[in-house]
Amino acid sequence: MNKTDVLIIGAGPTGLFCAHQLGIIGLSCEIVDNLDKAGGQCIELYPDKPIYDIPAVPECTGEELTNNLLKQIKPFNVKFHLNQRVEELKKVQNRWHVKTSGKQEFDVASIVIAGGVGSFEPRKFPLKECENFEGSSLFYSIKDKSIFKDKTISIFGGGDSALDWAIELSNTSKVNLIHRRDGFSGAESSVQKVKELNDQGKLNLYTKYQIASVSGDKNINMVNIKHDEGETKELKTDYVLGFFGLIMQLGPILDWGLNIDKKTIKVNTENFETNIDGIFAIGDICAYPGKLKLILSGFHEGALAARGCFKYAKPDEKLRFEFTTTSKAAQERLGVKK
Amino acid sequence: MAKITYNTYDNKTHSIDVQNGLTVMEGAVQNDIPGIDADCGGGMACATCHVYVNEEWLNKLPAKEDGEEDMLDMAFEPKQNSRLSCQLIVSDELDGLVVNIPSKQG
Repeated sequence: MNKTDVLIIGAGPTGLFCAHQLGIIGLSCEIVDNLDKAGGQCIELYPDKPIYDIPAVPECTGEELTNNLLKQIKPFNVKFHLNQRVEELKKVQNRWHVKTSGKQEFDVASIVIAGGVGSFEPRKFPLKECENFEGSSLFYSIKDKSIFKDKTISIFGGGDSALDWAIELSNTSKVNLIHRRDGFSGAESSVQKVKELNDQGKLNLYTKYQIASVSGDKNINMVNIKHDEGETKELKTDYVLGFFGLIMQLGPILDWGLNIDKKTIKVNTENFETNIDGIFAIGDICAYPGKLKLILSGFHEGALAARGCFKYAKPDEKLRFEFTTTSKAAQERLGVKK
Repeated sequence: MAKITYNTYDNKTHSIDVQNGLTVMEGAVQNDIPGIDADCGGGMACATCHVYVNEEWLNKLPAKEDGEEDMLDMAFEPKQNSRLSCQLIVSDELDGLVVNIPSKQG
């Protein structure tokens, strides 16, 4: 059991800055995120796209913003729990117990949900029957590539993941690469490589085709693909892989009894607490009159939510407002050397 | 102002007057039309505002910008008449546009 003052759900910019604000006022926190790295949408959706509306930062990329925030919270040694999402929530006396999909357990005084639009999960095939094979012969990510050796693999998608895996697996497997159009979003050099491999007969490329059905008993043995013009093809296959990027899903938070409307959680604007005492929501996931989905709004919300957490973590103490420019306590927490 | 018709997956038709300058996505979101999630808020980064445009409108719409087709690769059941509604800016020329919202966005 990890015991800390506050559990932050979501390692996007809002969650990271909230960790900073908690650190400044002397509260400890740990952060859970379903991605394999901190940064949230900034790092997953637009790491290289410039952002122009961070106050006093005329221009920075999502990656730069994330790295700077990580640097800013370094003094607080915040512990990250990545590749897992929160699952269960239980009230135990005055504290909250939270379990994650990664089997981590937390005992905290309060929770700050900074979950953006939900946790990132792989986007799946539209076919219902695909669920029957998921995890055995149909995958949306690859953990152990050795299982594909000498097998036939049908890969769907046109981005870097699809292209890179098609190229790599073509060394040891028979690969079909199927994509809905002639153009690809992946790197041009990979596209050229795939076309070369196709010309050399080391890989079969099918463009303007999409998945139509999969069949098999326990495991997939056949995938049907359909051309834009209506023609269909049957491909014998041992495995099907789909690479369609990530989609954001709220997941188990939906069942926590929070006041949720249109994938957002209603909060008050005094401290961004939800309808449940001790659970706060900040950033894109919170809703209140006038809400703007801007990073700067998330920072403001995080600062106030951090102060809202104080009374739950230290019920017998009074929080005094202080500036980092002059507060000895804050500077000590930041490790400032004079 | 343009009248935009949104056909939702439950076979309902919603005809809405949408102000010029808003996007077809915003027209749907602001009027509580179900089925357009717009998770990224119009940044062409998520493909959850995906719509099918009625055939007769396909060539009348502004061409796709770089990136829209790439994003549509990620959409749920993309077709040749797929567009991202966040990239369709409403103007008088779009008066009468009909879009069909897919069964799911992901």
